[in-house]
Amino acid sequence: MTDLALEVDGLVKRFRVPGGGARTAVDGLSLAARRGTVLALLGPNGAGKTTTVEVCEGYQDPDAGTVRVLGLPPRTPSLRPRVGVMPQAGGTYPGLRCGEALRLVASFAARPLDPGALLERLGLTEVEGTACRRLSGGQQQRLSLAMAVVGRPELVFLDEPTSGLDPQARRGTWELVEALRADGATVVLTTHLMDEAERLADDVVVVDAGRVVAAGTVAELTRHGAAGQLRFRATPGLDLDQLLSALPEGCLAKESPAGQYLVEGPVDPQLLAAVTAWCATNGVRADDLRVETRTLEDVFLELTGKELRT
Amino acid sequence: MSAWSPGELAPAPGAAPVGRMLRAQAAAELKLVLRNGEQVLLNLVIPLGLLVVLVLVPFVEVDGAGTPGERADFFVPGLMALAVMSAAFTGQAIAVGFERQYGVLKRLGATALPRWVLLLAKTLAVLVVELLQLTLLALVGLALGWSPQGAVVGAVVLVALGTAAFAGLGLLLGGTLRGLTSLAAANLVWLVLLVLGGIVFPLSAFGPAEAPLSLLPTAALSGGLREVLEAGAVLPVRETLVLAAWAVGGLALAARLFRWE
Repeated sequence: MTDLALEVDGLVKRFRVPGGGARTAVDGLSLAARRGTVLALLGPNGAGKTTTVEVCEGYQDPDAGTVRVLGLPPRTPSLRPRVGVMPQAGGTYPGLRCGEALRLVASFAARPLDPGALLERLGLTEVEGTACRRLSGGQQQRLSLAMAVVGRPELVFLDEPTSGLDPQARRGTWELVEALRADGATVVLTTHLMDEAERLADDVVVVDAGRVVAAGTVAELTRHGAAGQLRFRATPGLDLDQLLSALPEGCLAKESPAGQYLVEGPVDPQLLAAVTAWCATNGVRADDLRVETRTLEDVFLELTGKELRT
Repeated sequence: MSAWSPGELAPAPGAAPVGRMLRAQAAAELKLVLRNGEQVLLNLVIPLGLLVVLVLVPFVEVDGAGTPGERADFFVPGLMALAVMSAAFTGQAIAVGFERQYGVLKRLGATALPRWVLLLAKTLAVLVVELLQLTLLALVGLALGWSPQGAVVGAVVLVALGTAAFAGLGLLLGGTLRGLTSLAAANLVWLVLLVLGGIVFPLSAFGPAEAPLSLLPTAALSGGLREVLEAGAVLPVRETLVLAAWAVGGLALAARLFRWE
């Protein structure tokens, strides 16, 4: 048994567009989700996240590339009880009540979670008797999440699980994802929210225009390229050559704009100590001294030249 | 929202026994029909109301049927055919059309519920609705003076074939058109067949069009039921063959063209 819950290799998916021709939604995308971890597909709307997930769920066939879900082709019938799916929208009988809809899906599973407890945890107890078509968007999202996990699957696909949720409901969803991971399930989710990926994901795959533009752990992605920036504020016109002579070899220093200083080099405790020692010796009060770190948002902007929140 | 305790969400996948899935899904389908006002109107109120009105108010001429009892002998089989069409064709076409549009079928496809169990559950729900419809039509008919002849088994065979024929056509419509389009088309077909399909008006009223009209599924079902329940035939061959042909053709086309999304 492989330790990968999901393997996508060179996935290509094209759609015919009206008026002839084809649009390539996914263009040679590869990714892997390790068992018992959370993988986030991060990218703007239209990046190909949903198409990728739908191929993995067996809803669409790839035009090229291979996909293995728990080691099997996505359409394998024996996968259905083992995989939980939360689509981006819809999927409940409008005429069934919230509790009925969840109990119906629970009745398809051999050892389902207790639907009542699940509704309670997701804050849906008050609307248990409400017809699905009368639920708010956020309530439908949470019901959809409950339906994805009630059968106790090994692997769960969540397509934009928190879009349209208020902060409290979002936290509830995050807690559920974290608990699933802690109990050994694998979660693959798509999001265009940085804080969501940063908080939940072990691995992040940044997707843009159907391609992977970066992949790795959150720490790897945010560390890379931002290594070695130290910033502080002080009186304008400090002697930078004198500062540099006090620092280890290979460092750079500049002042831009006036009074804002940037030191570039291998940021470690020694460098920090050298900078502060130089300031102490020269009677410089450094304000706002900080080691620069990047967020996933910076990474995305740098890699694609686009803002993520569109 | 309280915290999850460790192990509470530990994976334990597996499909439920088929019997349990089938019961749960069929019960849900039945609930959806009986809760939906338009479906109740279509399946129960209209056939029963038409039966009462047509028997008691003689505005449709039926040859050799003068008394309310004789009129009931003509109209009960016709409205039983209408009821079967409403449940198996119109109701299914509308429900399936919207279920596809709302992504319900797509979503069910990702659960442990196999498609054949879903279709079987839909069939079971239709059969339960039909049992309710035909029982009520028979009871109201008897109260109006209906005196059924023939063997029940012949009527059951015809209803079963008619259900298969209409269900195939309903799945064909609901499985290829969007919800609202399917609703409009299914209601239009229902209305046209109500008038031209041998349910309310005897086909002899249409002169030379009688022969082609008698090949319609409603005409075959209502005509066949009349042969059995009015004239005492065991199983009329022609009508049985017409219904079987519609059933095979409709189900085959539906199987080829049905789209789950």
